[in-house]
Amino acid sequence: MINRLKMIYLAAIFLFLYAPIGILIAQSFNESRYRGHWTGFTFKWYESLFENENIFEALSNTVSIGFFSALIATIFALITCIALREFGKKRRAVFMSVANIPILNADIVTGISLMLLFIGAGLRLGYETILIAHIVFNIPYVMLCIMPQLVSLDKSFYEAALDLGASPFQAFTKVILPEMRPSIFAGFLLAFTMSADDFIITYFTKGAGVDTLPTEIYSELKLGIHPEMYALSTLVFFFVLIFVVLFAMTRKHLADKEVF
Amino acid sequence: MKSKKIFAACILIFALTLTGCMSSAEEEESDNVVYVYSWGDYLDPEVLDKFEEETGIHVILDEFDTNETMYPRVAEGAVHYDVICPSDYMVQKMIANNLLQPLNFNLLPNATENIGEDFFRQAQSFDPENQFAVPYCWGTVGIMYDTTRVDEIPDSWTVLWDEKYNDEILMQDSARDALMVPLKILGKSMNETDKQTLNIARDMLIKQKPLVQAYVVDEVKDKLISGEAIMGVVFSGEALQIMLANPNYDFVVPREGTNFWIDSWVITRDAENIENAHKFIDFMCRPDIAVINFDYLGYSTPNIAVQELEEDEEIRESPIAFPDHRIYDGQETYKYLGNSMDRYYNNLWMQVKVE
Amino acid sequence: MFRTAGMRNLFMTPFCLWAGIFIFVPLFCMAWYAFTDESGFFTLENFTLAFDRPYFKALMLSVALALASTIICLILAYPLCLILTDKARDLSTIVSLLFILPLWMNSLLLTMAWQTILEKNGILNQMLRYFSLPDANLINTPTAIIIGMVYNFLPYMVLPLYVSLSKIDKRIIEAARDLGASYMQTFWKVILPLSLPGAVSGITMVFIPALTTFVISALLGGGKLLLIGNVIEQEFVAGYNWHWGAGLSMILMIFIVVNMAVTAFFDTSHEEVEEK
Repeated sequence: MINRLKMIYLAAIFLFLYAPIGILIAQSFNESRYRGHWTGFTFKWYESLFENENIFEALSNTVSIGFFSALIATIFALITCIALREFGKKRRAVFMSVANIPILNADIVTGISLMLLFIGAGLRLGYETILIAHIVFNIPYVMLCIMPQLVSLDKSFYEAALDLGASPFQAFTKVILPEMRPSIFAGFLLAFTMSADDFIITYFTKGAGVDTLPTEIYSELKLGIHPEMYALSTLVFFFVLIFVVLFAMTRKHLADKEVF
Repeated sequence: MKSKKIFAACILIFALTLTGCMSSAEEEESDNVVYVYSWGDYLDPEVLDKFEEETGIHVILDEFDTNETMYPRVAEGAVHYDVICPSDYMVQKMIANNLLQPLNFNLLPNATENIGEDFFRQAQSFDPENQFAVPYCWGTVGIMYDTTRVDEIPDSWTVLWDEKYNDEILMQDSARDALMVPLKILGKSMNETDKQTLNIARDMLIKQKPLVQAYVVDEVKDKLISGEAIMGVVFSGEALQIMLANPNYDFVVPREGTNFWIDSWVITRDAENIENAHKFIDFMCRPDIAVINFDYLGYSTPNIAVQELEEDEEIRESPIAFPDHRIYDGQETYKYLGNSMDRYYNNLWMQVKVE
Repeated sequence: MFRTAGMRNLFMTPFCLWAGIFIFVPLFCMAWYAFTDESGFFTLENFTLAFDRPYFKALMLSVALALASTIICLILAYPLCLILTDKARDLSTIVSLLFILPLWMNSLLLTMAWQTILEKNGILNQMLRYFSLPDANLINTPTAIIIGMVYNFLPYMVLPLYVSLSKIDKRIIEAARDLGASYMQTFWKVILPLSLPGAVSGITMVFIPALTTFVISALLGGGKLLLIGNVIEQEFVAGYNWHWGAGLSMILMIFIVVNMAVTAFFDTSHEEVEEK
């Protein structure tokens, strides 16, 4: 009885989570250009998707900004966390809370304050300002992922490597980095996701003609979204779904191995 | 195994990134660009392609949804646009704040030839010496209504206060357009500056609010086409688009009078591609281009060569597409009322929205 | 990891420079706008403005809606996380991955999809009509905005809560049960206190974005409900009084500082427990 209740509860939550996704997928096959006006089944939006330069440009901006901002933020966060590890608990906490300001602050405040900085500095808003803004809010996300593992890392391996004649750089790349790989990867992925989905901060720091997917979608929202956007989302959804399933399977595979 | 997959994923992302960079690098290399800032969905993409093909000038297009959101981005100078398409009163405001530069009409032969003189004369209300602006589209504001669900023709703004249509009314979401409606009912000017009158107009809007389904900008098309509301305040060009998608709707200009507006091309003071900007504006005035744009937009055009070139007879004869603009003689156009009055209008609108 | 403190400080310099330029200077810019008027003179007017009727109403509405959606998220998330931590390990991985999946979709499109569901002739009402039930009038009401907030921010409640619940040693719960505590007693006396840090960080991660959003209210509120985020956005983007906007933003920061203080308090008290 309780088990059934649990299953119903889970199912209800998943219905809540996936209903809008189902709608997006359905709309990608809708013949009508206008939302909520079903006129027939079609694949044409998938065809025109590949000819739509606007969407392609927004997509490549999103991916490149996501990739570079996550990469730079990860390097930054790693260097900083290594240094922070050596500080006492209290001072570390102070630094961490400073680092967290961009994500604790409301997006709108972070976005607007960066815009004021860029304008005050006479910078022209564009691709670069979006990139900088994304690095700003990505650093704390990566730090949050890396810091716990780095703190709990056993120092003695690193010192053993040094004693055995490795240079600090070698010891770092051969001992620390391999240990840290899962959390670095998680941090990178989280940063990429946050960057790809950010709308508000990008909205305030973007310039002429540079759009990421979220800002492109926002400008389309009012005019009626081009159904190609739904087609793209459907593709992204299935792409991520396959990726997630593969990921889960390899993880299970690895976990089985570790048991033996 | 796992690391290989992650590696593969990284390579994929990296490859995508590179293509992204290359495509954006290409753009930056060629200086031959023009930055255009226009209303959402206000240019046929086909026209832009043609322009790029013929001139080799790359168009970077950004879109805005109200004059008010366009203004600060241009005024603050954080983003440099060359060509903008503001409405009448906003052109006046930008001239007053020294944000525009005079046009060189020697570079605009198509504009001088094809844009009707009447429209340049009308434009003098916001650009007294016709120095700054080339009219692009014009029209009125009226009520779009579902003929199957409304019995009488709603030719008065007061129908928007009729409780029969509770939760079936869409209003425009910008200070000037919203306050225009009650001001017209009161028989006042839409450029009213008397605060007491304006406060009465505000109170009327607050009284109306429970009947309103939503305050909308461009979404109005989407909502009316899917039949979400019985009536809405729309611009005449949108009206034609809505009727083509959903023939149940019809458009009427209320008898109390309405806003006669003209959107025009202007060049900003800080424009960096002045020559390209002129080429762009002139291209838009070329009759064959204006026709393509007109077919896409449905907004009335001041380009007198268009009606002859229009192929679809039904549209050519349509009084909504090609109204005799003289019937709008005596209709008002918005004027720029100064910064403090602007702010007063905005504040009144905010008071309506939080109620 | 470093032999000298100098080396350590060297590693710290990039971050300190970065934080100086991109965290503190922007906030200073914001403060400068907030404390001056248009001619550049010092003023406090931008703050007292928040108590003017329209602004104060927007602020109060935002607080109310953000509180409501935070509480709903909390109530939905607890049973969900308890079920997830309870399940066999490999199953729970898949379930939690399925849970994270919607995060990869664009939230604007998903919120728009809610509009399609909730509107007058939307999917929900069509289904209700099919079963000859009365229409649900949800779109452009506070309820629609709360639904949108819960949908968008629920994962941010679930994730930290899930982490802190899965950290609880199962044996403690079993011990409580063995000693005769009922299920509810175990929850109130054991599970809830131990998962409190996760709940607190979840509350922060939901409350702040819900308080300050302007997108959800714009899409699901039909422009009829103005939240403080919409007001600030309008001041910067349309109303063109950046000083007012900055003043209101600073007021929002007060909420954030309070929130940080609360989180820090729970963090330290939690660590003390661990050390004992």
